[in-house]
Amino acid sequence: MNETLRRFLFLPDQASTFALEVDHLHYFVILTTFVMSTAVGLTAIFFFIRYRRRSETQTTPHIEPALMLEATFVIVPLAFFLLWWVIGYRISIQLATPPADAMDVYVQGKKWMWKFAYPGGPNSVNVLRVPSGHPVRLLMTSRDVIHSFYVPEFRVKQDVIPGRYSQIWFNATAPGRYQILCAEYCGAGHSIMRGEVIVLKPEEYEDWVSAQHRGLATKQDGPPTALDFAPPLGNLVDQGRRLATEQGCVKCHSIDGSQHIGPTWLDLYGRHEKLDDGRIVTVDEGYITESMMDPFAKIVDGFKPVMPSFANKLAGPEVAAIVEYIKSLQSDAVRTGPSEGPAYAPVRGR
Amino acid sequence: MRQSEEDREKLGAPPANESYLTDGTTVMSWLNTRDHKRVGVMFLVAVVFFLFVGGVFALAIRAKLLYPGPFLFDALTYNRLFTLHGVTMIFLFMIPAIPSAFGNFVLPLMIGARDVAFPRLNLASFYVYLAGAVLAVWAMVHGGADTGWTFYTPYSTTTPTALFPLLLGIFVIGFSSIMTGINFIVSVHTLRAPGIGWMRLPLFVWGIYATSIIQVLATPVLGLTVLLVALERVLHFGIFDPARGGDPVLFQHFFWFYSHPAVYIMVLPGMAVISECVATFSRKNPFGYRAIAFSSLGIAFVGFFTWGHHLFVAGQSVFDNGVFGVLSMFVGIFTAVKVFNWVGTMYRGAISFKTPFAYVCGFLFFLVFGGMTGVAVATVALDVHWHDTYFVVAHFHFIMVGATIMAFLAGLHYWFPKMFGRTYHEGWGLVAASLIILGFNATFIPQFLLGNNGMPRRYYQYPEHFQALNVASTAGATLLGFGFLIIFIYLVIALRWGQRCEQNPWRSKGFEWLTPSPPPTHNFDQIPRITQDPHDYRTHAPSGVYSDV
Repeated sequence: MNETLRRFLFLPDQASTFALEVDHLHYFVILTTFVMSTAVGLTAIFFFIRYRRRSETQTTPHIEPALMLEATFVIVPLAFFLLWWVIGYRISIQLATPPADAMDVYVQGKKWMWKFAYPGGPNSVNVLRVPSGHPVRLLMTSRDVIHSFYVPEFRVKQDVIPGRYSQIWFNATAPGRYQILCAEYCGAGHSIMRGEVIVLKPEEYEDWVSAQHRGLATKQDGPPTALDFAPPLGNLVDQGRRLATEQGCVKCHSIDGSQHIGPTWLDLYGRHEKLDDGRIVTVDEGYITESMMDPFAKIVDGFKPVMPSFANKLAGPEVAAIVEYIKSLQSDAVRTGPSEGPAYAPVRGR
Repeated sequence: MRQSEEDREKLGAPPANESYLTDGTTVMSWLNTRDHKRVGVMFLVAVVFFLFVGGVFALAIRAKLLYPGPFLFDALTYNRLFTLHGVTMIFLFMIPAIPSAFGNFVLPLMIGARDVAFPRLNLASFYVYLAGAVLAVWAMVHGGADTGWTFYTPYSTTTPTALFPLLLGIFVIGFSSIMTGINFIVSVHTLRAPGIGWMRLPLFVWGIYATSIIQVLATPVLGLTVLLVALERVLHFGIFDPARGGDPVLFQHFFWFYSHPAVYIMVLPGMAVISECVATFSRKNPFGYRAIAFSSLGIAFVGFFTWGHHLFVAGQSVFDNGVFGVLSMFVGIFTAVKVFNWVGTMYRGAISFKTPFAYVCGFLFFLVFGGMTGVAVATVALDVHWHDTYFVVAHFHFIMVGATIMAFLAGLHYWFPKMFGRTYHEGWGLVAASLIILGFNATFIPQFLLGNNGMPRRYYQYPEHFQALNVASTAGATLLGFGFLIIFIYLVIALRWGQRCEQNPWRSKGFEWLTPSPPPTHNFDQIPRITQDPHDYRTHAPSGVYSDV
C-alpha cells in the first residue's frame, strides 16, 4: 500500500527515519483532497443535470440554508484541518529536535557549492559521508546569500542563512547515494548547486574516517570502496582546490598573496624563488612536486622547514590536481571561480 | 457626489441613453475621462496586454524546461524570465485585473451610483499604474532583474541586474492600488442607492470591499519594504545585510506581511465574480448570502496573520511555525464555506451552461484542489518536503491561474455584453473554455508531481529523472496558450462585428443590469430605488424602480 501510493504520487525513496511518517500524513492529506474536490465536482455535475434550465422564463424558490447546515460547512473541514495540523506539528517538533547523541557536521553553503567539516576530522566539498542508522546533526551557515539544504529522500530541508547558524538533523536508514539540492534561489548557479550524501554502513564509515586520518594512499591498492565511486568534481583545478582544503595545504599557504607559514600560492608558478642557501629556482611542476614529497630539499629564504611530507599520502592524480590548482592561481588571470562573499563570524548555539 | 461644474451641467441635461462609448470618440476624450466605465475599460486593455507579456515569458520558461541541460538561452536569461513572469503577472496583471477593470466598471452600477466617489482620483490611479508599468518595462528592456518576484535579501541587495527601476515601478504601482481601494471603500459607504442596505449589497461588492481594505492596509508595507531594499542597495543601510548587523530574514517577514494578504487581493475579487456568475446562471438567490459576504471579510482579516507560513524552513521558531500553521487553516475554512455555499446556490436552481458557467466549474475545481493543497502546505511537517519545490509552484498557480484567471474570464464573458453591448460567439467560447481548463490541468498537475518528486523551483537545469513530467507540463502550457489565443480572436471580432444584444441578455437580476448595455455616461437618468435582494428570482419584476432623486 505504501509503495503503491508512493509511486503513484511520484515521491522519492524513503531513506530517513522521518520519511515514512511524513509520507503517511501526505497520503492522508492528499487523499482527503482528492475525495473532497471530486465530491464537490460530482455534486455540481449532479445539480447541473437535475436542475438544468427548462425554460427561459423559469423562476426559482428563495432558499436560505439552516444555521446547522452552515455550522456543518465550518466544523467538518475544520476538524480535518486541525487533525492534519496536530499530526504535522508533532512531526515538525521531532524534525526540529536533534537527539543528544547526534554526530555533528558543519556545513557551509556558498555560491555554488557545499562544504562539509567534521569536528576533528576531514573536510570535503559537495560530498557528505554519514553512517547509516546514526543521527546526524548539520550546523549550517552561508558565506554569501541564502541557500537551502534539501535531500528529497530524507524529507528534510532547511534554509542556510548568512550571519546565523541553522540546524537540521536526520537519521539515514539505507546505505546509498542521495542528491543534495539547493532549494533557495541563489543566482546563476542555483540549479547546479548540487551535492551528494553518501550513506555508508557504520563500519565502512569508520574505515573512511580512519583512512582520512592516515592519508588516502595506503588504500589505493585495496578493494574498491564507496569513495572510489564518488563523482569526479569538475576539472583538475576544481579537484585541486578541494584537495588543498582537505589536506590542509591552505592552512599554511595563502592563495591571495598574503604571507603566512609557507610561501603564498598566488603567482607561485613561474616565480623565481631565492632559497635559503642563496640559489635561485624557477618554480615549475617539478619543483612543486618535489616540495610536496620532500619539503626540506629546497627551502625558500625566510621560511622555516616545518612542512610535513605528503609522500605516500597523495595519489598521483591528486598531486597533479594540486599542481594544476597552484598553476591556476595567477593574479593577472581572469577569475573563473565564484566570487568569495563576505565572511561571517559563526554564532554557536542550540 | 462631488462632481465638477462641468459634470453637474451634464447631469442637469442628461443625453437620452447615449452610450458611454459614443459620448466623445477622440483619443483625448478617453485619456481625459472621469467616467469610471472608461477608466475600467482602459485598465482592461492594459491588464490584457500585460497578461500577454507575462504569458509569453511563461511559455519561454516552459520551452526551456523541455530539456534538463542548457537549452535555448543561458541561466541568467532564464532567471530574468521567471522574475519578469512573476512581476508582470502579479503586479501588472493580477492585482489590478479584477478590481480595477471590472470593479471600476460594474461596482458603481451595482450600488446605483453615477460614478465612483472620487472620479479624478480614479483616473489618477490609472496613470500612476501606467507610470509604474513604464518603469517596470524600462527595467525589463535594460536587462531585467534576476531575483525572482520575491526579492529575497541578501541576493537582491547584491545582484548587479537592473533591480532598482523594477523596485521603483512596484513602489509606484502600489499607490495606484491604494487609490483604487480608497475609492471603492468610500463609494460603498456613501454612494449606495436608496434601498441598498449593507445586507442587500451584491456579493461582488462585498468581495471588492474586502479586497479594498487589504489594498489600503497592506500595500504601504510593500512600499516600505521595496524602498528599504532599494536604499540598502544604494546606501548600504545594513537593515538586511548580516555583514552590517542586519537580518536577511527580517526582509522575508516584511515582504510576506504584504505578499500573503496580496494573495487575497488577487483571489477575493475572483470569488466576488464567481458569486455573481453562480447566481445568474443558476438563476437562484445566493445560498447563504451572509456566509459568503462575511467570509470575504474573514479572509481579509485572517489573511494578515498567516505570513509566517512562508518561513517554516527559514529558521523561524518551532512555536511560530505552529501558530502560523493553525492560523492559515482558518483561511481555508472561510474558503470552504464559500465553496459549499456556491454549490448550494445551484441546488433547486435553473442552471444554464453558458461560457461563464464553464469557467465557474473550472474555478470551483481549481479552488478546492488549490485551496486544500494550500492547507496541506500549511501542515508544517509536509511543508518541509514541499517548500520551494514545484509543489508550491503548482499550488499557487492553481489559486492564481486556476481560480483567479478562471474568474477573470468568467467576468469578461459575463460582462462583455454589459461593457460593449455586443455578444461573442458562444460555440467558440465553450471550445476555448474546455481547452483552457484541460490545458491548465495538463500544465500544473505534473508540477504537483514534480514537487512531490523533489524538484526545487527556479531551476534552470534539472536532474534528468524530472524530464518526463516537465515535458508533460510544457505540452499543457501550449494548450493553455492556444486557448487564450482563441479567446482573444473571437472577442476582438465580437467587439467589431458581434451581434448587438438587448439590455439584459442573461436575464440576470444583478443590479448592474438595470441600466442599458452599454450604459450611458452617467449610468442612471434617475437613481433607482432597489426593492429586492440581489438575485431574487422568485419573480420577473425588476429589482429596482426609478423614482425622482
